[in-house]
Amino acid sequence: MKHKKLGFFMGKKILKLIFLLIVVCIASFWIVEQSPIDPVRAYIGEMSIQPEQKEKLEEYWGVNTPAHEKFLNWAENVIKGDLGTSLIYRMPVTDVVKERFKASLVLMTSSWLLSGVLGFILGIAAGMKHGTLIDKAIKTYCYILLAAPTFWLALIFLLIFSVNLEWFPVGLSVPIGVASNDVTFFDRIHHLILPTITLSLLGVASIAMFTREKLIEVMSSDYVLFAKARGETGFDLVRRHGIRNVALPAITLQFLGFSELFGGAVLVEQVFSYPGIGQAAVAAGLRSDVPLLLAIVIISTLFVYSGNLIADIIYEFIDPRIKQQEMRT
Amino acid sequence: MSSAVATVNKGLFGGFNLRQKTIMLTSFLSVLLIAIVVSSTFIDDNALSTDFESKNLAPSLEHPFGTDWMGRDMFVRTLSGLGLSIVIGALASSISTMLSVVLGLLSSMGKIEDSVVSWLVDLFLSIPHLLLIILISIGLGGGATGVIIGVALSHWTSLTRVVRAEIKQIKTQEYIHISRNFGKSRWWIAKKHILPHLVPQFVLGTIVMFPHAILHEASVTFLGFGLSPHEPAIGIILSESMKYLSAGYWWLAFFPGLSLLIVILAFDVIGENLGKMLDPKRAHE
Repeated sequence: MKHKKLGFFMGKKILKLIFLLIVVCIASFWIVEQSPIDPVRAYIGEMSIQPEQKEKLEEYWGVNTPAHEKFLNWAENVIKGDLGTSLIYRMPVTDVVKERFKASLVLMTSSWLLSGVLGFILGIAAGMKHGTLIDKAIKTYCYILLAAPTFWLALIFLLIFSVNLEWFPVGLSVPIGVASNDVTFFDRIHHLILPTITLSLLGVASIAMFTREKLIEVMSSDYVLFAKARGETGFDLVRRHGIRNVALPAITLQFLGFSELFGGAVLVEQVFSYPGIGQAAVAAGLRSDVPLLLAIVIISTLFVYSGNLIADIIYEFIDPRIKQQEMRT
Repeated sequence: MSSAVATVNKGLFGGFNLRQKTIMLTSFLSVLLIAIVVSSTFIDDNALSTDFESKNLAPSLEHPFGTDWMGRDMFVRTLSGLGLSIVIGALASSISTMLSVVLGLLSSMGKIEDSVVSWLVDLFLSIPHLLLIILISIGLGGGATGVIIGVALSHWTSLTRVVRAEIKQIKTQEYIHISRNFGKSRWWIAKKHILPHLVPQFVLGTIVMFPHAILHEASVTFLGFGLSPHEPAIGIILSESMKYLSAGYWWLAFFPGLSLLIVILAFDVIGENLGKMLDPKRAHE
């Protein structure tokens, strides 16, 4: 029974994803098509070329073909798995995206985990000591973090830890001037620490505030009152009745935050010159690399969708309580 | 409750109750923000003229935020940048609010309209906001318009959701049914019975949206999209400052960002206080 339900659910989700991807492709292609970008200019840069060569290139990039034909050509190639050639990196888009996304995934995963754990602990601490000085301190900290521009925090961290204290390198994911085979695991970690911490700060604030609210709500419930009457106190009480109730919604929220995580990664990668997908997106946007930009839009849509899907699965199959609550309101 | 009041009523503003204090704080912050915008429009080009004799100065009494590599006073630049950011944020969030009014009302018209609107919300939430703004600003060929439209088109979703839920609740009310039985059209009901209930939501929604809009505007200009490098937007000031970080000119990045943070916090506080005052259930908090 349960398997059948899960199969039906997944089938529906996959159909939805396919439809979404089609619409996103058409829409983003149309938006980029509106722009006054000249792909030939973007490809050759500032070089001067012969008119004949220019004509050839124009034909190659399809400057004079109508938009819908261009879209169909592109879409056909995308379905075959060929996303075109990146104008700025001069190699297949698939390779660029694969390499960049891997680097970003390391950064995003580590800061996602860090922000989840740290935010949850802070939220529990604030909720347990509701109304005290600790609570107020954590709350103020979260409010300020939520209002702080991510890229500014990144700049300040760079100033303090890299320029002044010289604990961390100023940028890049590996040391400059070292052959890629000689880069040690430690080097990679060393270059990853500062971007990870910066990126996790934003997530910490939202997860901590959420956990705090939820825990306060749970702690004022009847069953906690009974537990107190039975003589349970202190951290044991919170651990047995609070954390278990709060953990699942918090994890769900963390999965729903993939979109913000991606946006934050773009900014953090830019400041730390970390060679990830976000930096590639900015470069593609600034230098009119349309095939790469469209590929990044597709991959980010997939990324956000997978986060939402996991959250949905938690909703539907792991925590029936959430669904019940929704139906009541 | 009584102990809370007792602790609050000490100190300099002891003579006022909590509501009066909330109003005072909100008005003070509003005046501060308006002052920033007004003074930024009065800054003439003289104040931003280059003066190579006083370049790269650390903060002092004469230049509270220091000077940049062209000898321009950073305080003046920051002020005009903040003004620009607030104006862009205001435009973007007003457009965004109008969009959510129209779409929210549209969703109340019928089942098909409702599913179209919620599908649109899902669609716009499926791409990371920052990427969407970048796409739109490229599509519109850059410039301030690109940023404003981009930010506006990526922020209407949450308010639309709120409006939709609110309308769903209002529609279960008795007087709506009676009105329908009288033969009033759906549009008439939406305009006369539902819209007036939503006005506070819109006012509040715009103000709550504001800090997000400004943050996104600053992020996008920081990345180099939209505004041209000559404009003194905060994002541009900060991205320029990156080149001078290793030289140790920390004030170029520190003060403009801090001012932006303060402006955003001010908007947050105003939004929250107005929310408390407009909602009778929370007015005593």
